[in-house]
Amino acid sequence: MTFAWDAPSVDFHALAPEIIVAATLVILLLVDAFTGEDQRWASSSIAGIGLLVALIPIASLAYDGTTRIMFGGGYVVDNYALVLKALFLLSGYVVVLLSTNYIAEGDYWEGEYYQMILASVLGMMVMASARDLVSIFVALELLSIPAYMMAAWRKRDLKSDEAGLKYYLMGVFASAVMLYGMSVIYGYTGSTLLADIAPKIGALATSTPLVTLGIVFVVIGFAFKVSAVPFHTWAPDTYEGAPTPVTAFLAVASKAAGFVALLTLLFVGFWPRHDVWEPLIWVLSAATMFVGNFIALRQTNVIRMLAYSGIAQAGYMLAPLAVAGASPEAASQALHSIVIYLVIYAAMNLGAFAVVLAVARKTRSAESDSFGGLFSYAPGLTVCMSIFLFSLAGIPPAAGWFAKLGIFQALASAGTTSGYVLAVIVALNSVIAFAYYGRLMRIMWMEDAPDGDVSPIRVPWSITAALVLTVGVTLVWGVLPGLVTHFTDPITLLAVGR
Amino acid sequence: MKDFLNSWGLSLAIFVPLVGAVVMLVIPKAKEQLHKVIALATSLVVALVGVLLLANFAYDDGKTLQFVVNKSWIPFINARYELGIDGISLPMIALTMLVVPLCIIYSWNHFPEPKNPKAFLILILILETGMIGTFCAQDLILFFVFFEVVLLPMYFMIGVWGGEKRRYAAMKFFLYTLFGSALMIVSFMALYFLSDKVPVAGGGFAHTWSMQELPVAAAGISTTAALWIFGGMFMGFGIKVPMFPFHTWLPDAHTQAPTVGSVILAAVLLKLGTYGFVRIALPILPHAAEKWAPFIGLLAVIGIVYGALCCLAQTDMKRLIAFSSVAHMGFVMLGIATLTDFGINAAIFGMVAHGLITGMLFFVAGSAKERFHTLDIARLGGMLKQMPRMGWILGFSAMASLGLPGLAGFWGEFPAILSAYNPGGNLNAGLFRVYMVVAALGTVLAAAYLLWLYQRVAFGTPKEEFAHDPHVHDVTFTEYVAWVPMLVLIVVLGFFPNILFHVTNPAVTHMVSAMGLGS
Repeated sequence: MTFAWDAPSVDFHALAPEIIVAATLVILLLVDAFTGEDQRWASSSIAGIGLLVALIPIASLAYDGTTRIMFGGGYVVDNYALVLKALFLLSGYVVVLLSTNYIAEGDYWEGEYYQMILASVLGMMVMASARDLVSIFVALELLSIPAYMMAAWRKRDLKSDEAGLKYYLMGVFASAVMLYGMSVIYGYTGSTLLADIAPKIGALATSTPLVTLGIVFVVIGFAFKVSAVPFHTWAPDTYEGAPTPVTAFLAVASKAAGFVALLTLLFVGFWPRHDVWEPLIWVLSAATMFVGNFIALRQTNVIRMLAYSGIAQAGYMLAPLAVAGASPEAASQALHSIVIYLVIYAAMNLGAFAVVLAVARKTRSAESDSFGGLFSYAPGLTVCMSIFLFSLAGIPPAAGWFAKLGIFQALASAGTTSGYVLAVIVALNSVIAFAYYGRLMRIMWMEDAPDGDVSPIRVPWSITAALVLTVGVTLVWGVLPGLVTHFTDPITLLAVGR
Repeated sequence: MKDFLNSWGLSLAIFVPLVGAVVMLVIPKAKEQLHKVIALATSLVVALVGVLLLANFAYDDGKTLQFVVNKSWIPFINARYELGIDGISLPMIALTMLVVPLCIIYSWNHFPEPKNPKAFLILILILETGMIGTFCAQDLILFFVFFEVVLLPMYFMIGVWGGEKRRYAAMKFFLYTLFGSALMIVSFMALYFLSDKVPVAGGGFAHTWSMQELPVAAAGISTTAALWIFGGMFMGFGIKVPMFPFHTWLPDAHTQAPTVGSVILAAVLLKLGTYGFVRIALPILPHAAEKWAPFIGLLAVIGIVYGALCCLAQTDMKRLIAFSSVAHMGFVMLGIATLTDFGINAAIFGMVAHGLITGMLFFVAGSAKERFHTLDIARLGGMLKQMPRMGWILGFSAMASLGLPGLAGFWGEFPAILSAYNPGGNLNAGLFRVYMVVAALGTVLAAAYLLWLYQRVAFGTPKEEFAHDPHVHDVTFTEYVAWVPMLVLIVVLGFFPNILFHVTNPAVTHMVSAMGLGS
C-alpha cells in the first residue's frame, strides 16, 4: 500500500500575519549575523516594524470577515483569533517600545532578545488559531520557551537567574501535567481535534473518571500559565527578577495566551462537560482573587504588587467561566467579557509597567518608597500611573470599569446563586484591591520624595510613545466602550454563538 | 434657545467643567492667577447654563423629564447616554452649580497647603462634572460612572490638601464608598438581567438600564430577589448618605478635608446618596422599598439621636458639624422612608437646606481655623467680641441648622417629622409614630448642641492666647462674596419654601403615585 501525500491547501492570506512575524524573525537573525555590535540598535526598530506590518493582513482579514478553516479544522482564523492576534501583536509592539532603552543601555544581547520576543509572539498568534490539542501544545511551547530565556536575560544577576529557573521548572511541570491530561483525552476520544472531542466526551456517561481527570489536568496546566492560585507561586519571584519589560510581557501577553488556550479548550473541546470544569474554575477563581489581593496588600515592591494584582485580575477573568454553562447567553457573555477584559487589561497593565520602567530609570528601584513625591517632580508620570491604577481598580472613567462591568454582567446573566455569590466576591475584592492601588497613589501624590531628590526624570521617546498609546486606549475605551465592543462583538467560538 | 437647550443644555452643564479642566491642564503651573480666572469663568459659564435651564424649565410639568438627550453609548449592553431632569433633579443641579463657583471664590486667597491652585481647581472642576452628571443621568450605567467619577477628586482633595490625618481619612472615605458602590453595581446587574426586556430602537427586545423604563420592566422581579437588590442599593446609597452605622468615614473625611472639600462634601456629595434612593431605589423597586422602609426609618432615627449625642461630646468644631450632618441626613432619610409625597418633598427640601446651611457652617469653621489655627472648642471663645460679623454669621447658620422657623432648615426637618405620623403604603403607622417622637426629641438635642457650641465659641471674652493675635480679623471681601448668596438663600427659602416645593411637588407626587403602593 502506498501513501499518497497531498499537500494541504494553504490559505496564504489567512497565514500572512504569522508569516510576516516569522519573516521578521529571519531578517533579525541575518541582521544580527552580519552587523557589528554598534548596529544592534536596528534590531528593535525592525522587530517593532515587523509587528506593526503584521497588523495589516489582520485588518484585511477582519474586513473580509469570512472564517477560514485550515488543516482539517485544526487551525481556524475567525474573529476571535483575529482580535486576539491583534492584541498579541500590539502588546508585543508596546513591549518592544519598553525594551528599547532598557536592553540597549543594559548591554544585554540585543539581537537575540528581539528574536525571542518575536518567537514568543508567534507562538501566541498560533495559539489564537489552534483548535487541536497538538497545535495548542506546540503553540504553548513556542511561546513559553523564549519566555523562559527572557526571564533570565540579566545573566549576571542572581535574581534574574532565579526568575528564569523558577519559571522554567514550573512551566515544564505544568506542561507535563497538561500533556498527560491531553493524552488521556486522546486515549478516550481517539482524536486530537477539539471539534471531534466535544461530541465524543459529550456522548460518554457523565461518570467517566478518566475524562474528568483529563479535563482537570488540562485546566490545571493552564492554571499555571495564567497564575491562578494555588499554581501562582512562580509569578511574584519571576516578575520581580525578570527584566521589567519582560515582566510586562509575561504579565500581559503570556497570561492572555494562557486564557486564550483555556477559552478555546473549554468552549470548543470540553464544552459538553462543563459540569466538570465549572466548579473547579469557581474555586480557582475565588481563591485567586482573595489570595492575590490579600498578599498584594503586604507588598512593598511595586512590581511584586503588580504581580499579585495580576494574579487577582486573573481571578476576575476566570470568574465568568465558572457560570458559563448556565445558558447559551451566559456562555456568550462569559466569552465576550473575558476577551474584553484581556484587551483592556493589556492596555492598563502595560501602561503601569511603562511608568515603573520610567521611574526606575531615575531611582534604580521599584520599591514603593522610591515612588514618594513623584507628583512633585514628575506630574505627568504620576497622572498616567494614577489613571492605570484607577483602571486596574475598576473605577470610571478609566477603561477598567467596563472590563469589570462585563465580568459582573456575565456572572449575573447566569442567574444562578453561585453566579451572584461570585459576583459579590468580585465586588468585595475590588474594594480590597483598592487598598493597595490607593496606597501607591497616596505615596506618589501625598508623600515627600526620598532624600528630597526632586530632579526630573528624562523619559525616552519610546517609553513616551508606549505611554501615549496605553493612556489613550485606557481613557478612550473607558469613555466610549463601544469602541472595544465593536471589535469583540462578532466573536464566536464553535459551541458558543451569539 | 429652547431647542438648543433641549439638545445641548445638560451635556454642556456636565462637560463644560471638564473642558475647563483640560484647558488648565496644558497651562503651566506657575500662572496661578490665570488658573483661578479660568476655573471661575468655567464654573460661571456652567452656572449661566444652569440659569438658562432654570428659566426654560416647565415648572408646571415638573413630573416629566425635560431637556432629554437619549443617544446610543455602549450598544453591546444597551447602555445609553440618557440625560434628563425633572423637579427632583433640578434643585440638586442648581445647588451644585451655585456651590462650586462660591467655593472657587472662597479659595481665591485661601488655598490650603501645599497650595498648587492648578491641581486643586482642576479637581474641583472634575468634581463638578461628576456631580452634575450624576444628577442628570437617566441610565444606571451612566449614573454609576458619574457616581464614581466624583470619588477620585475628593480622594485627592482630602489626601493632598487635608489636615494632619489626611491620608487615613482619604483612604477610609474611598474604601467605604467603593465598598458601597461595588455592591450597588452588582445590584444594578441583577436588576438588568432579572427585569423584562424592553423594545429597542432598531427593533427587537433588550434588557435596559433606563431609569424611565425600569420601574415597569422590573415589576416582574420576584420578591426575594427584589429585596436583595434593594439591599445592595441600600449599601451603595446608604454609605454615601451616610446612614448609621456606615457613617464613620464622614467625621474623619470632614475633619481632615480642606474647607472647600468639606463644603462640597456636605453640600452636594452626601446628597448623591439620598438622591439615589429617591431617583432609583424607590421608583424601581417600590415593594422592596416598602419592606425595607421600617428598617431604614429605624436607622434614620438612630442616626438622628446618635449623631446629636456625638455632637454633644465633640471638642472639635469641625467634627461637631460633621456629626450634625449625620443627624440631619437622618431627617432626610426618615422623610424618604415614609414613602409619602409629603415626606419625600420634605426630604428634598432638607437636602437643599442642609447643603446650604452645613456648607455655610463649614465655611465659617474653615475661616475660623485659618485665623486661630485650631478648632478646639475649649480654646476658642469671644468670637462676637473679636470679630462680630463672623460671630453673627456663625450664629445665623447655627440657628438655621437647628431648624428655626423662618429659615431654610425648618422646612426640611419639620415636615419630615410630620410625615412620619402617617406613612404611606402598608407601613406600620404605630412604628413610624414612635420614630416621629424620637426624631422630634432629636431636634431638641440639635438645639442643645448647636446653642452650646455657639455659646462656647462666640460668647465670653477672647482667650488670652488669641486676644492680641493680628491674624484674627473679621470677615474679608472674598468671604462675603462667597457667603452672601448662601445666606440670602437660607432666608429666602425659609420665608418662601414654596419656591422649592413648587418645583419638587409635581415630580414627587407623580413618582409616589407611580410606585402604586396602597395608602
